[in-house]
Amino acid sequence: MDNSQEDQEAQKTGTTRRQFLGQVGLASAGLQLVPLLSKAGSMLPDNEAAPAEPVTVSLMVNGSRKTLTLDTRVTLLDALREKLQMTGSKKGCDHGQCGACTVLADGRRINSCLHLAVMCEGTEVTTIEGLAKGEELHPMQAAFLKHDGFQCGYCTPGQICSAVGLVREGHAHTDEEIREQMSGNICRCGAYNNILDAIKEVQTA
Amino acid sequence: MNELTGKPIDRVDGRLKVTGGATYAAEFPVKNVAYGVTVTSTITKGRIKNIDTGAAGKMPGVLGIMTSENCMQLHFPAGSDPGAGKYAEKDLLPLQNDRVFYGGQHIAVVVAETFEQAEHAAAMVKVEYAEQTPVVGFEKNALTAYKPASGLGGAETQVKRGDADAAMQTAAVKTDATYTTPVFSHNAMEPHASLAVWEGDQLTVYDATQSVMGVKALLSAMLGVPAEKVRVIAHYIGGGFGSKGFTWANPFLAAMAARQFNRPVKIALARQQVYSTAGRRTQTSQKIALGADRSGKLLAVKHATISETSFVDEFVETAGVATPMLYSSPNVDVSHELVRLNRGTPCPMRAPGESVGTYSLEVAMDELAEKLNIDPLQLRLINHADTEEQKKKQFSEKSLKECYERGAKAIGWSNCPAKPGLTKEGRYLVGYGMATATYPANRSASSAKATLFADGHAEILCGTQDIGTGTYTIATQIAADAFGLPVDKVTVKLGDSMYPKGAQSGGSQVTASVGPPIRAAALGAVDKLITIAIADPGSPLHNQKREDIITGNGRIFLKDDANKGEPLVAVLSRKGLDKIEADAKTNVSTRPSLPAPAPAGSPEAKTEEESKTNMAVQEDENTDRSAYAFHSFGAQFVKVLVDPDLGTIKVDKIVGVMDIGKVMNLKTAVNQIKGGMIFGLGMALMENLQYDPNNGRIVTRDLVQYLVPVHADIPEIEVQFIDRPDLYISPLGARGIGEIGVTGMAAAIANAVYNATGKRIRDLPITPDKLIV
Repeated sequence: MDNSQEDQEAQKTGTTRRQFLGQVGLASAGLQLVPLLSKAGSMLPDNEAAPAEPVTVSLMVNGSRKTLTLDTRVTLLDALREKLQMTGSKKGCDHGQCGACTVLADGRRINSCLHLAVMCEGTEVTTIEGLAKGEELHPMQAAFLKHDGFQCGYCTPGQICSAVGLVREGHAHTDEEIREQMSGNICRCGAYNNILDAIKEVQTA
Repeated sequence: MNELTGKPIDRVDGRLKVTGGATYAAEFPVKNVAYGVTVTSTITKGRIKNIDTGAAGKMPGVLGIMTSENCMQLHFPAGSDPGAGKYAEKDLLPLQNDRVFYGGQHIAVVVAETFEQAEHAAAMVKVEYAEQTPVVGFEKNALTAYKPASGLGGAETQVKRGDADAAMQTAAVKTDATYTTPVFSHNAMEPHASLAVWEGDQLTVYDATQSVMGVKALLSAMLGVPAEKVRVIAHYIGGGFGSKGFTWANPFLAAMAARQFNRPVKIALARQQVYSTAGRRTQTSQKIALGADRSGKLLAVKHATISETSFVDEFVETAGVATPMLYSSPNVDVSHELVRLNRGTPCPMRAPGESVGTYSLEVAMDELAEKLNIDPLQLRLINHADTEEQKKKQFSEKSLKECYERGAKAIGWSNCPAKPGLTKEGRYLVGYGMATATYPANRSASSAKATLFADGHAEILCGTQDIGTGTYTIATQIAADAFGLPVDKVTVKLGDSMYPKGAQSGGSQVTASVGPPIRAAALGAVDKLITIAIADPGSPLHNQKREDIITGNGRIFLKDDANKGEPLVAVLSRKGLDKIEADAKTNVSTRPSLPAPAPAGSPEAKTEEESKTNMAVQEDENTDRSAYAFHSFGAQFVKVLVDPDLGTIKVDKIVGVMDIGKVMNLKTAVNQIKGGMIFGLGMALMENLQYDPNNGRIVTRDLVQYLVPVHADIPEIEVQFIDRPDLYISPLGARGIGEIGVTGMAAAIANAVYNATGKRIRDLPITPDKLIV
C-alpha cells in the first residue's frame, strides 16, 4: 500500500485517518480503554507511536459469541477473515467502494471494511456463512444459484448479503429501484441481470 | 452421449460460491502465516538512494523488511507464453536493483505478525530517491514511436495486402479519422494475492492466477528451484480478465519473503496497488482510413495504431489484429507502433487488440455508411468476408449474416432514425447503433486425467483453472457425458499444478483446449473398463464386440439390447479394482507452431504415449485443420437514450447475437457474453485510468475515481446464440466465449450515441462533458 499521503497527513496533523478512526471507534464503543485513549489522545507523531494495545472484543457472529483479543486497528472484515477464518466476506477494495465485504449488522447491510471490529461489540453480525440453515440454503442463496447471479464468485457473498438487506428494507419495488439500491455492490464479471432476477424471485416469493 | 453438454445446468461450484465456501488465494488456512505489505515508489523515475527501515523495523510485530539490498537474487525468466510462464516485466524482476521505472512500483516488503502491523510499518519506511525526469504523456511522446518486431507470441504487427494507398486514391467515398482510447484497468474484484509456504525445499504458492502452470514454471526458473519442488494452487480466482495471465511480482515477493523470514507469507495487494503493479490495457491512438466505391464496397482499409508500453517490457496492443479479416477488401494496411512511458507495463485485457480495435474500425464503418448514405448494417453485408482473405483460408464455421439478421430483428433496427439527433422518446434523444463482434477461436495442447472409482463416482484432474468462466461446470458436463454418469457423480478438480497440464485461462481457449482431453481421458477410462468386461467370463458382455458396447446411466451395455450389460462399478468390483484411470493429451494447437513433445521420461511424455492408443485423441489429432481459419463472430446492437441538456447517456437495451460454435452450457454462456458486453459498456462510457500529466503517477486509483459499470448502469440485455457446432476446432464443437462479448460493444454504443445526438465522439470514454460542449 502506498501510504505516502497518509504519512504526509500524519506529519501535518500528528495523526492518521486510520488512527483517528480508531480513536473515534474506541470512544464510541465505550470501552474501558483509558490508558490507550490517553496515549492516542496525546496525538503523538507516528514515528513515536506506541504499539496498539490489544483489546478484548466480544463479537456475536452468526449467532455465536466470539471473543477475540485484537489490535484496535483491526476492521470487522479483517477480524472475520484473518482472526475467525470466516473468509466468505471478501476484501475487494478495503475502502467501502466495492461492496464485496457487505455483511448484515443487526439486519442492516454494512461494509465490514469500514467498521472497526471493536465498534461491533454488541452488534449481531450475519455473514454469508450464517445465511443457510444447515444444508438448506437461504432463499437468496438458492436464487443466486438458480439464476447464475455470479461468475467468479468473489463479489457474491457481498451481493447476497446486500440483497437480503435490500429485501428486508422493503424500499425497492421496481427493477430500477433494485438496481439503484444494489449499486454499492460491484460485479466486475457483470452478472447484474441475473442478480436482479434472483432478487426479484425472492421478493415475490 | 451428449445428453448434458449444452444444458443450462447450475454451476457445480455454485453452492460453494453462494455460501462463502469457495477458497481464494489469500484465504487458505495456513498456520503461522505472516503478512507482507509492500512499499511502493512515490516517484516515477529514478534511483533509490536509501531505504531507511530503522523505525519501521523496530515496530511491534515486524519480522523484517525485504529490500533490494537484502533479498535473494532471482534468475532471468525466458518465456513469453503465459501458459508456459510469462513474467510481465522482464527487465524489472522484483526488488533486484535500486531503479524505479514507474510510480507505485514495489520497492520493499514489510513482513509482520499481523496485517495491521505490516501496513503501519510500511508507512514508516523512509525512502530517499535520486529522482530523474520521467517520460510522461502519451500524446506528447507520440513522435518517439517505434515499430515493434512482433506482438505477443510472435504475432504479426505490420500486415499488408495489395496497395492500400493507391486504392485509396481511386475510392469514391473515403473516411479518415483518429480514434483514441484511454488506459483501462481490469479491476477484477479479487486484488492479486499470493500466499507462499516453504516446507524444507518444497514451495507451495496459493496464487490468484490465470495460469497455475505458468506461475509454477516461473517460480521454478526465477527462484532456481526444481520444477517438481514447486506447487501452485488456484482453486478459485476472483476474476482475471487478463490481469492474472502474465505473472506479476506478488508470488515472487511472497515466496522470497517466506524464505527470508522463514515463515509462510501472505501478500494481498491493496486495490490501489493493483492499478500500478498488476497490469492494465494500454492507451491507444488509432488512425483509420476507409475507401469504398459508390456501392459501398471497400477498396482500401488502413489502420495505424500507436500504443504505449513501459521501459521494462514490450507489450503491443494489436488493435489492428482483426482489421485484415473482418471485411472483404483487396487492399489492407495495418501497422502498430509503440511509445515507451514511465508507467507500469500493460498486458492483455479481455480481447486484447480486438476490444479497442473493433471500437475504432466499427465507428469508422458507421461513418463510412453515413457518407455513402447506406444503412450501417447493409454496409456490413456488402463487405461481408466469405473467406479469411489475409490467410487465404475458409472459415471453419461462420454464421455472421444470421447474427446480423436476428440481432436487427430483436433490437428493432427498423426503428433506427435515418437522420441523427432528431428523434426523441419523451425528453430523451433516442439512438440506435450496431457493430460487428469478432474474436479468434484459440486452442492449445492440453491434458487431463480421468479416474472411475469403485464406489461409482468419477474424477477429472486438469491443470487449468476456472476464473469464473464456468470451466468446472462445463468440464463436469463433458466428463459426465463421456462416462455416461449423472453430473453429481463426477468431480472435476482444477487449479493445481500437480495435475496434468491444462491451458491457461486466456485467449478464450480453455473450453476448446481442455474439453477434448477431458472427454478423451474419460472415454479412455471407459474403454479400459469395457476391454476388461469383454475379456471377463463373469461379465454379461463377455466376448461381445467392442463397437457394439456403449455407456449410459452408469452402465455399459449393448447398443441394441440395453438389458444386456452391467454397471460400470460391477466390472471393477469383480476384479477387485478400486479404480480405473486414463490420461489423455491432445496435441492440437491453432498456433502457427506445434508445441515441442514432452521430455522423455516426464509424466507428460507418459500421457502422450498413452494417448497414442486413445481413439478420441487420435481422431481429434488426425483431423486436418490446415485449410481453416478459426474465428467467432457476432453482432452487437444497442439502443441509447441521451439527455439533451445534461449529456447523460442511458443504455436502454442491448442485443448480442453470437456465433461461437456449440454452446456448452446456455446459462453460463449467456452470463459470459453479457459480462463481456458490460465490459464494453464500461469502455464506452466511463472507464478511464488517468495519469498525472506532470509526475506521471496514477490519479484515478480507486473504485470511486475509476468507474466501472454498476447495477444501475445495466439494462436488460438479450443474448442469442447461433449454436452451430464447429467440428473442425474440436469434436465438442465449442469455440471460445470469454472475450467476444466485449468486442464491438463500445462501437455499437458510440454509434448509437451519434445516432441520438449527431455528435461523433472519437475519444473514449464518451462522457457527458464531451456531448454538451
